[in-house]
Amino acid sequence: MDGLVGIVIAPLQYGFMLRGLAASVMVGIVCATVGTYVVLRGMAFFGDALAHAILPGVAVGYLVSGSARGPLFWWALGTAILTALGIGAVGKEAKIKEDTAIGIIFAAMFALGIALISRTQSYAVDLAHFLFGDVLGVSAGDLALTAAFGGLVVLTVVALYKEFLVISFDPILAATLRLPSSLLHYLLLALIAITIVVSLQTVGIALMVAMLVTPAATAYLLTRRLPLMMALAAFLGATSGVIGLYLSYYASIASGAAIVLVCSAFFLLAVLFAPGRGVLTNRRAKPSQ
Amino acid sequence: MSETKSPFRRRHAPHEVGAPILEVVDVSVRYNGRQALDNVSFRLTKGERVAVVGPNGAGKSTLFKVIAGVLDPAEGEVRVAGHCPGGHICIAYVPQRNDVDWNFPVTVADVVMMGRVGRMGLLRHSGRRDWAFVKRCLDTVGLADLADRQIGELSGGQQQRMFIARALAQEAELMLMDEPLTGLDVASQESIFHILDTLRAQQVTVMVATHDLNMAAARFDRVMLLNKRLFGIGPAAEVFTPDRLRAAYGEHLRFVETENGIMLLSDTCCGGGDH
Repeated sequence: MDGLVGIVIAPLQYGFMLRGLAASVMVGIVCATVGTYVVLRGMAFFGDALAHAILPGVAVGYLVSGSARGPLFWWALGTAILTALGIGAVGKEAKIKEDTAIGIIFAAMFALGIALISRTQSYAVDLAHFLFGDVLGVSAGDLALTAAFGGLVVLTVVALYKEFLVISFDPILAATLRLPSSLLHYLLLALIAITIVVSLQTVGIALMVAMLVTPAATAYLLTRRLPLMMALAAFLGATSGVIGLYLSYYASIASGAAIVLVCSAFFLLAVLFAPGRGVLTNRRAKPSQ
Repeated sequence: MSETKSPFRRRHAPHEVGAPILEVVDVSVRYNGRQALDNVSFRLTKGERVAVVGPNGAGKSTLFKVIAGVLDPAEGEVRVAGHCPGGHICIAYVPQRNDVDWNFPVTVADVVMMGRVGRMGLLRHSGRRDWAFVKRCLDTVGLADLADRQIGELSGGQQQRMFIARALAQEAELMLMDEPLTGLDVASQESIFHILDTLRAQQVTVMVATHDLNMAAARFDRVMLLNKRLFGIGPAAEVFTPDRLRAAYGEHLRFVETENGIMLLSDTCCGGGDH
């Protein structure tokens, strides 16, 4: 046992590891909470696109403020919220299908971001940093921002639990109850945007969608109660963050990739062994109707 | 009623004394340039039970959505208890079974509780009184035992009863049910009619879209024959005449002349409830 304890404790002597763990746990919880609605409403592509679409914002912030990291958060936040609301509006008004519109906006924004960053001298390094995250480079200030905005997101989801539930399960009921459906929809898009920005440094743009979708999907396979699904997803997200970071420390794997791989492993286990519903544990055929 | 004073509370339209529960005046709806409803007018009195029949694509769901205030008509006007439907939270729409995600992680009680959301106000979570209310609604439809089941575990009839319970939780005075009887066995249909009888005693007005002309004639106060425009509303004997049916259904309905008169060979669309 001494060996195991040693394995767990050894990395904790480094400040960067402690901060990285704190960030991963918070990001795991926030992403999974919001991700529950992303999964239930079928918005995975929107989440993926939004993560990519904030690159130009980050790039402009980076070019304007030099190497200072602080302002990047705000640039990313502004871009994310604007893009989220923009995509939301396009989806409602446009003559083309929503996923096509998202595809166009997402690729255009991403290309703009790459173009901007390619003007810098350390192009490859900078781009890799934004794409894949750098959880071990999290500062105390970053942590405070993550905690503040992540907390805001989780609180909002909890406070508006019944409203988000109704607009997700039955939009017509929401309309007959005269809930402000559009407002709630845009608010949810904004919450997803904030979540992505908060998680940017931990997992990076390219793997963001996994943090939003995978723990929530795993929880979906394990329970059919929404509050439980949210709690379980948050737990799985946070746990994956911790395990992934240790994996990264000992096996010298990129931290974002390690975290996502752990999430995916949990999902695979759930697919195979979910009680009564797993591939290997299915006790009945598909229920009729 | 458990209403709290909250700055976010929405004001709801009062019910005008003497005004009919539902009045539809010259309503037309167009979808992408195609006419979905054409100049439909009628009125319902409180506590009435009306069947809406017509072929697929006749605009039954569209009519319900206009009445519920979910869809705005291109022309005309809908008045519920004297006011436009958008101000009311007393109109319940029971969706078609295919339009519901039965894998959604909610229980039967959760779905019924959703009906209370309009009465609870923003930022308030459901309390003990809300759950007691939900319990009473579930008792009325005989689903109290299944309150904690995930909704996908229900049978077709139970699913419909759950949505009726949700309408009760909403304290609905006008209920719009979109093909609730399709695909149900006779016993399940009977249990739904039994519940509708209790609703009638509470003066709840019910409109039911159905493909079953037989049942429409036998179990409803009035029937409405719809195919984009209104081909008649009234007692089945007056509305279901061969001429009107032929006009509304066109090729979708076959008539056979027999010695005893004309026999109707059912609505050919979309089966489910047809035998």
